Order: sequence, then C-alpha cells, then structure tokens
Amino acid sequence: MSEVHAQTVAYVRDTMIPQEAPPPTEAGAIKWLRENLFSSWLNAILTVVSLYVIYWVVSHVAGWMLFGIWDAGSLSECREVRDATYGEGASVACWAVLTDRWDQLMFGFYPSELYWRPVLALVLFLVAIAPVLYDSLPRKMLWFTAASPFVLFFLLWGGTIWGPLAVAAGFAIGWAVLRFATPVIGDLGGIVAAFVVPILYWFFAVGPIAGALGNAIPIGIEFVPSDDFGGFMLAFVIGIAGIILSLPLGILLALGRQSDLFIINKFSVIFIEVIRGVPLIVWLFTASLLLNYFLPPGTNFDLMLRVIIMVTLFSAAYLAEVVRGGLAALPRGQYEGADSLGLDYWQSMRLIILPQALKISIPGIVSTFIGLFKDTTLVVFIGLLDPIGLSNAIRATTDWNGIYWELFIFIGLCFFVCCYAMSQYSQWLERKLRTDHR
Amino acid sequence: MAEAHTNPVEERQIDRSQMQVSDEVAIEIAGMNKWYGTFHVLRDIDLTVNRGERIVICGPSGSGKSTLIRCINALEEHQKGSITVDGTLLSNDLKNIDRIRSEVGMVFQHFNLFPHLTILENCTLAPIWVRKTPKREAEETAMYFLEKVKIPEQANKYPGQLSGGQQQRVAIARSLCMRPRIMLFDEPTSALDPEMIKEVLDTMIQLAEDGMTMLVVTHEMGFARQVANRVIFMDQGQIVEQNEPEEFFMNPKSDRTKLFLSQILGH
Ligand SMILES: Nc1ncnc2c1ncn2[C@@H]1O[C@H](COP(=O)(O)OP(=O)(O)O)[C@@H](O)[C@H]1O
Ligand SMILES: [Mg+2]
Repeated sequence: MSEVHAQTVAYVRDTMIPQEAPPPTEAGAIKWLRENLFSSWLNAILTVVSLYVIYWVVSHVAGWMLFGIWDAGSLSECREVRDATYGEGASVACWAVLTDRWDQLMFGFYPSELYWRPVLALVLFLVAIAPVLYDSLPRKMLWFTAASPFVLFFLLWGGTIWGPLAVAAGFAIGWAVLRFATPVIGDLGGIVAAFVVPILYWFFAVGPIAGALGNAIPIGIEFVPSDDFGGFMLAFVIGIAGIILSLPLGILLALGRQSDLFIINKFSVIFIEVIRGVPLIVWLFTASLLLNYFLPPGTNFDLMLRVIIMVTLFSAAYLAEVVRGGLAALPRGQYEGADSLGLDYWQSMRLIILPQALKISIPGIVSTFIGLFKDTTLVVFIGLLDPIGLSNAIRATTDWNGIYWELFIFIGLCFFVCCYAMSQYSQWLERKLRTDHR
Repeated sequence: MAEAHTNPVEERQIDRSQMQVSDEVAIEIAGMNKWYGTFHVLRDIDLTVNRGERIVICGPSGSGKSTLIRCINALEEHQKGSITVDGTLLSNDLKNIDRIRSEVGMVFQHFNLFPHLTILENCTLAPIWVRKTPKREAEETAMYFLEKVKIPEQANKYPGQLSGGQQQRVAIARSLCMRPRIMLFDEPTSALDPEMIKEVLDTMIQLAEDGMTMLVVTHEMGFARQVANRVIFMDQGQIVEQNEPEEFFMNPKSDRTKLFLSQILGH
C-alpha cells in the first residue's frame, strides 16, 4: 500500500489514505440521539418519562386550545355552541371572551372613536425607537426620537398642546443652566442647579404658563383623562415610559455613586438604597395615597403620572447598581487613557467609559427592564385597570362570570412575547457589539 | 520588575541631526512631594527638563517612577511643591489640567487602547473632541502617524485583533495625533514579548530622531545608552543620581545605583 524510503527514514507514508465517511453510529440523527437522549440507562429512562409527560400535556392542552370557540357573546352562549359542536361537557377553550372584549383588553375605557390615537402613538413610538435600536438607520431620525415623548404624550392624553411644550421647555432650561451657569458658579453648583431649577419650574411654573398660553392661543385635541386608560395600552404606557425614563436616570445615579463630589455621591447612595430597599407595591401605595400630602394643595397630580414616576425611580435604582457593576468592571487604564488624551469628564464618560460599561451591563439592564414591564401588573392594587385589573372586571360581569384560563393565558402570552423580544434583541446587540474577536 | 534587554537596539544607526537640547524649559518640577495616605511615595523631587531632552528613568520596582511621570500630566495629584509644564502651572484648575494633558502624550505599559473603537477611531477621537479638528483632517493626520509607526493597513481593525507590539505602536500614534510637545512613556515594552520589543523601541527611537522631548521609564538599557541624553536613577521615592548615559553606566556614584545596575545588567 505505501512505499518506504528505506535509505533515509525508517518509515514514511507517501500515499494518502482516501477519506471515508464516519461510521453511522458517529454521525447524524443516530449519533445525536445516542449522545443526548440515550447515553446511559438513567438517561434513557428519563427520556421515556419525559416523552410521556409531554404527550400527556399536549394531548390535554392542545385540543382544548385548538378546538376553542371564538364566536360567542357570553360564557353561557359559549357553552351552548360547545355542546352543539362537540357534545355535552367537552373540554374546549372559550376564546370568545377575547374577541368579545378585545377593545376593552387593549384600550380600557378609552373613547372608541379615538382608538386611532393610541394606535398612531404606538406606530410613532416604533419609529422613534428604531434608530436607537438599530444604528444603521439614519442618525437624523434621533431628532424625532428626542421630540417623541412630548408628541406621544399629546396624542395619548390630548388637551392643549401647550402642556407638553411647556414641559419640554424645562429640559431646555436645565441645559441652559448647565451651559451658562457652570462657568459662573462652578461645576458642582452647575450640576445641582441644572437639576433643581427645572424641577422647580415643572412644579410651580408649567401649570400657570400652559394655562395662560392655552387661554390665549387655544390649540389642542380632545382631552382623555387617565381614568379612561386601561388594558394593554396602560401597561405599555407605564412600562415603556418607565423603561425610557429610568435608563438615563439610572446611568446618572451610577455615575453619581462613583463621583468624588460629596453631596452628589451621598445623594445617589441614599436614593438608591432607600428606593431599592422598599417593595415596589409600597411605593405604588405611596404614589396613590400619600403623595397628595406633599404636593402643593389644590394640585391634582394625575395618578398615572405618579405611578410612572414611581416605577421609573424604582427601576432607576436597580439600573444604577447594574450600570455601576459595568463601570467597576472596566480596567482603570480606560479612565487613564481617556484622561491622558485631555478628554473632559463628560466626554470620557460618553465616548469611552459608558459605551463599554453599558455593553457589559446589557444582560442586567434588560433583566431590569423585563422586571419593570411585568411589574406594571402591580398597579391593579391601586385601582388602575391594567390587563389583570380588566380581566377581573370582565369576570365580574354576568356575561363572563366564571371564565379564568383563557384571559390569563392570553395576558401571560402577551407579556411573554414582549419580554422574549427584549431578551432576543439584547442578545443580538451583544453579538453585534463584540469587538474582541481575534 | 522587567528584565533588562540590551540587545535589540544596538543594530541600528541613529541619526542625531535633529536631537538637539534647547535652553527652553519644557517641564519644571520643584520640591514636589506626594503621599498615598500616610505613605510618602515621592520626596522632594526637583527636575528640570529642557525641550528636546530624552530622559530615561530607571530604578527598582516600587521606587515611584510611574507615580512621578503620572504626576506630570495630573493622572495623580501631588500634595506639595510645584509642577510647571510648558509654562502652565499644574493646579487644581480643571482647565489647566485638560490643557496640559492635551499637550503631553502618554504611553502606558498596557497600551490602554479603547477596545470598542477601531484603530482609526482611537487615533481621531481626541483630536476631534478635544482639539475640534474636522473629521476628515483628523483622519488624514491619523493615517500619517499610522504610516509612521508602520501599521496603516490595520486602521479599520479593532485593538483586540492586533498583537501587543502593534497595539503599543497604535498607542504611540494615538498620542502623536494630538501633536504633543512632550511624550511620557511608562514601561512601554515591559508587557511585550521579546520579539515585539524591538518594533516598539524602533518607533521610539524614530520619535527621538524627530526631536521629541521624551521622559521614558524603562529598563531597556540599550535604549538608554543610545538615545537618552540623561539617565535618572530613582529609589524609595527620591532621585538618587542622574547623569549622562556614558557616565551613568561606567561610573555610577552611589552604592544603590551600582547595586541596581549590577542586578539589571546581570553581572
Ligand atoms: N494608588 C496607590 N495607592 C497606594 N499606594 C500606591 C498606589 N500606587 C502606587 N502605590 C505605591 O507607591 C509606590 C510607588 O509606585 P510606582 O510609582 O508604581 O512604582 P514604580 O513605577 O517605580 O514601580 C509603590 O510602593 C506602590 O505600592
Ligand atoms: Mg511602574
């Protein structure tokens, strides 16, 4: 088969053996089965038991779900249809509750002729968030993203256009204070003033200013009070607002906790520890009951806004710790590299430190977001009609009294889809941002 | 502590035509002291560096070499005495500190490149944000210096894809893009494999040939012999001895220097 160079080397093969396919036990489906399902007696037994359990669940649940009844106006009507089609007492789902109460599950008691507003708001939100999620989209879209909170607020609640505009002006005021007062009163004073001045403005000046402008130049659309919000729309508004507002706040708190400036450092630490140390439900009760005592008398501060603020503060405290973990994971050399090039604090944070720290923190950040989104269901305890609250209300009607599974399965599924999408996006982002491939 | 490598530099003829020490003072350190808590790291440092000087600082590990050069661009703050860089007194004023940092380039032992940015972005970042250079111009400058350190073809890669020697040369190019008047090096070759040390030292020699003012903490005694015009020996936070390289190596005055040299040169 092979020739040997007898003179020089003892044995050298000089023809190659042709390649062969691996033996059947080492390739394809059989190999996979052997390795993963039947690699030992114990595994084989577990495999068989698992298969039986899966069969049992699927055979009971799949039929119940697939043969479900979609067209009925009440539970009793549903049962009549069932008895007529499948015979007395067959076990099938009654999905008709979803079709019958679809609008309510989605929009709560939002006026039905105005459904286009939340729908348009959702579309605009997707447009606004797209350039943030995918940086291949044109950067100019970020201008719309910056304006979108005010546009969305205006669309959802309506009323005079001067309200959102006056609130937006607060950010401009904060920026102006930071920009022009810092040279005069120093860095620390500038930062503190840039927070305090807008907050005072929002508390005391926005109402009168917006009111006056609204009287002078009345531009606006029909006002919808928060009491009419409900269903998934409510969950989405609270969840999305909380997510978007809490990230920047959490980052600032994390930076504050790392800061050498005594006041900022202590404020951040106390804020984080206090907010995080108390259950969210307590904060929500605080928002619904106690906050009125602290506000100037006569102000009627919208309950939903209060809840959004509480949810935001709560998840910002968690995010701050997640981001702090990312900051701490960066080698000191990164800070020094940035410093040695003459970048100032905000430049080095924005360009060098935060991009890397946030990248490290992505899994934790997304976990916090997912937690926040699911926690929006807690607002049912302070009387807001989130999907859970609405399902209670639906089950309290004579039409649908006695139905459980269908509603809860649907609500659970919707939450799962949203949370799973966030998780998938974050994994995609992590892969995309990986630059250490060799 | 890094081992001494004396061989790699020897092979090259050095062009000394641009290496001129002028009378102009680049760095003036007077009576400088620094403590870490109660630990007295630097004691009564007096050092004047003229423009065009190439100074090598050596000394045992923990003697305060890194701390000294890190004080010069305010990565560490000193507690007593004064440091004047290019006529600007280093004080707590952040404006002064940022100005000095943008005039003084620094190269670290572990490169400290920004891993999330490409090589080109690493080089253009500071010119664009600190110097407000237009992007196009910053990129041209960056490519010029990447050519100079002989890795223009890596411009669009990420630091993680480069070898240690290449990363250190990028780090040098990144500093040069700010057109610094002074360059500080903190053991630039001691994290590198021997075969990569030469390429980095070559880059540094080239820089010296162009007349750059350099302060180099290193144990590359070959580099010190050939390039430095002054060698400083530090021990326990003090400058123990300084001299021209010839004298320093042939005729060390203090016993500590002799001991150190005998250890590091291995005889
Ligand atoms: N951040 C720090 N805190 C406390 N001690 C430090 C710190 N950095 C360095 N030191 C100490 O200061 C001394 C000098 O350090 P360094 O300047 O790094 O020495 P060298 O660079 O000469 O090896 C060492 O004893 C070191 O342990
Ligand atoms: Mg050192």
